[in-house]
Amino acid sequence: MNRRTQSGSDLFRDARHAGGPVFWARWVQLALLCVVTVAMLGANESRYDRLGHELMCSCGCNQVLLECNHVGCVDSARMIVELKAQIATGESDTAVLNWFVAKYGATILAAPIRGGFDNAAWIVPAVIFFLATLGTFGIVWAWKRRALRMAGAAGFDSGDAVGNLPASGESNPQDAELRERIRRETEY
Amino acid sequence: MPEFGSFCLLLGLGLTIYTFVVGGFALWGGSVGGLRATGIPESRWNRLGETARRAGIASFVALCAAAFALVWAALSNDFSVEYIRAHSNIALNPAYKFAALWSGQEGSLLLWAWLLSAYGFVLRVRHRVDVRLTAFASVILAAIQVFFLLLLTIVATPFSIAPGPVALDGAGLNPLLQYPEMVIHPPMLYLGYVGFAVPFAFALGALMMRYPGEKWIHITRRWTMVTWLFLTCGIFLGAHWAYSVLGWGGYWGWDPVENASLMPWLTGTAFLHSVMMQEKRGMMKNWNVWLIFSTFLLTILGTLLTRSGIISSVHAFAQSPIGAWFYTFISIVFLVCVITFFARRGHLKSENKLESLVSRESSFLFNNMILLAACVTVLWGTLFPLLSEAVTGSKVTMGAPYYNRVNIPIGLFLLFLTGIGPLLAWRSTTLRSIRRNFVLPSIAMAVTAVVLMIAGLRPWNDGDDMQSTFFSLIAFTLAAGVITAIVEEFTRGARVVCAQTGKNLLSSMVLLTRRNTRRYGGYIIHFGIVVMFIGIAGGAFNRAVEMEMSYGDALAIGPYRLVCVGITQDSKPEYDTDYARLDAYKNGRYITQLSPEKRTYFAGTDHEQASTIVALHSTAEADLYTVFEGRNPDTGRPILKVFLNPLIAWIWIGVVIVVLGTFIALVPNLVRTPGRLRQEDSAGVPPTAGLGATSDVAKVPHE
Repeated sequence: MNRRTQSGSDLFRDARHAGGPVFWARWVQLALLCVVTVAMLGANESRYDRLGHELMCSCGCNQVLLECNHVGCVDSARMIVELKAQIATGESDTAVLNWFVAKYGATILAAPIRGGFDNAAWIVPAVIFFLATLGTFGIVWAWKRRALRMAGAAGFDSGDAVGNLPASGESNPQDAELRERIRRETEY
Repeated sequence: MPEFGSFCLLLGLGLTIYTFVVGGFALWGGSVGGLRATGIPESRWNRLGETARRAGIASFVALCAAAFALVWAALSNDFSVEYIRAHSNIALNPAYKFAALWSGQEGSLLLWAWLLSAYGFVLRVRHRVDVRLTAFASVILAAIQVFFLLLLTIVATPFSIAPGPVALDGAGLNPLLQYPEMVIHPPMLYLGYVGFAVPFAFALGALMMRYPGEKWIHITRRWTMVTWLFLTCGIFLGAHWAYSVLGWGGYWGWDPVENASLMPWLTGTAFLHSVMMQEKRGMMKNWNVWLIFSTFLLTILGTLLTRSGIISSVHAFAQSPIGAWFYTFISIVFLVCVITFFARRGHLKSENKLESLVSRESSFLFNNMILLAACVTVLWGTLFPLLSEAVTGSKVTMGAPYYNRVNIPIGLFLLFLTGIGPLLAWRSTTLRSIRRNFVLPSIAMAVTAVVLMIAGLRPWNDGDDMQSTFFSLIAFTLAAGVITAIVEEFTRGARVVCAQTGKNLLSSMVLLTRRNTRRYGGYIIHFGIVVMFIGIAGGAFNRAVEMEMSYGDALAIGPYRLVCVGITQDSKPEYDTDYARLDAYKNGRYITQLSPEKRTYFAGTDHEQASTIVALHSTAEADLYTVFEGRNPDTGRPILKVFLNPLIAWIWIGVVIVVLGTFIALVPNLVRTPGRLRQEDSAGVPPTAGLGATSDVAKVPHE
């Protein structure tokens, strides 16, 4: 039971030699790590700017609070003062946002972040995205297996299943037909 | 004139009902079952069908006359017509009076019906392409047309007479709509919306008649592309209008009505890609049928969202209780689609299966899935406030922060697929081919990432804006890879043409494109999309400064310095204006003078309406965007807001490139004669040589 220590690059190199899936799995893990890291680093945004972009102006302009551009908009001016006052109290972000929700209603939030049913707004797109990606992998994998099975049953190997092309100098009728088929299929 | 308009609408309705009922009856009679049941010869059914076709053509003339009647009423200030009184006034510029046709609900619906009849007219005139399939499509289009004409004659009548004495002046057009792009943006968008009815009608018709082969796709390909082009132009004209008029410094606010235009664009884009699978490989037939069904249903949903006011939107100038009609229509269309699909499902059997995960087919499937995921995500966000209200009893806001967070990763993944898709071969891609095709793009991406980081694009240093900087870095990096891949495809193909013809590289690229306009036009469209992504990614670095200014005051933003050299008030027949004159300097050098303006419209309106006229200096590097926000009520001094928006111009340039690419893709290929093909084959040039990734299959034996 010899356990050899390996560097990160060795791991990738060996995984590549050992087999494709392991190699790709490493890259997927690395990509996920990057995404999570960036998502966590986003937590360092300044509170005023961040909270100001999580609230809508109540004047009905449909703009984010800090982007409302109506001069003399008493709503945005008042809300900005309220936001600064709430931040100054030292309350948590959630408490500040809850204060605004209590005063103006749930529509004051630029995005649904109250928890409960609001979570569905965020979960569903993520689920759709992953289902679409994984589903496509699954469909292609299943179809590929079926094609290979059918090719096997018909006495072809997988190489034939993808259709080999004869060398360009050959010119028997089947080759010409195959050449024409490829020409047709490879036109974008 | 209103009586004439109403008469034309009724005439159009009658003719369209005739096209639908008699045309449908003739199709049934001409079918095998119909001939057996009635015993009437086929030629007589054909003659009956021909009368329906001609009635459809005549309905176009009737609707042209109805639309003309409404425009004429606007141009001649006929305020006896309620619609004209509500959307026009005497002092209104004639171009905007013309635009009154689509400024309100009734006019917009008339525009819908008129454009649909125009599409139907072209389809019926060109019926010899395939008489029977066109007859099916004509009847389906007539059915859709009947719905809109019923709306126009019962619920949303554009020619209704205003009660009481005739008004001396109208209420005028919403000032926000008095902008040149507003004369062209709505018709473009509607041409896109309505146009998808044609491929929908062909797809449904082909399914109903168990149409053999993929000819319906060939017939509708140009229709679909032109429609997609109109929708693209409509969406971006709207975005440019929002950028230039609304004065908030952005171009896309994820308003429900904006979303309504984006959703059919996403499914339409997916359809344009996936029909290639059906054309070339006889695959994804079920999928394609449902994609075009969904696209059409989404255009109707879009019209419902725009017009019914069921969802809170800034496009509040057109709301009314016509929702029930649309719900009913959408339900009927959906039911017809489902029933036809299940009744004819056996006809949609795929001729081939996917053979490899790493193939062009797989990339199309991924592209489709992700486009559809983006569409569902946008739909989910748009409808979530309603759902939330139904479930929890309280409405929520789905603002730009939500959509940006959810859609940016999807958009970047799509950009990634745009790059790799065309580099993969049909059926299966070998490892060697992947290495050959991906080396340069990978190098370009690595170099771009390093150069950008050296140049200062370092997410880890950006504190507050870390996430947006990171996503921008990814977008720029991917864009570099995709552009390199596209250039590589062009040069690789051009080199083969060079060897064949002896032409120089540039001429060879032109010849290459002319030989396969669809493929290389497609690459140009992809290039345009990448350029647009670069422009969108620039949004991460937007800056804004707000300042109260008076004569001689200066404001600095980035390398720019703005000096106030005048503040003027003026009065025009329709509005009062208040504007500032700002001399703009870049790195100390004078470049231009900007005059942001605040207008207060009063002509014809019951109350004053304010409108912002943005002044901007646009370059490829950044837009200097100035807004006159108004005057401080305490000091009376003007308040100016200045935005520095990097790379925005790239979005508009990208759209122009997309338009150019679409035009190229629409042009027929330069035909190579059989002799020429034999000559190339005998010279040992593989048929797919120069086609980059697609040559992979041809080279399998040599590997």
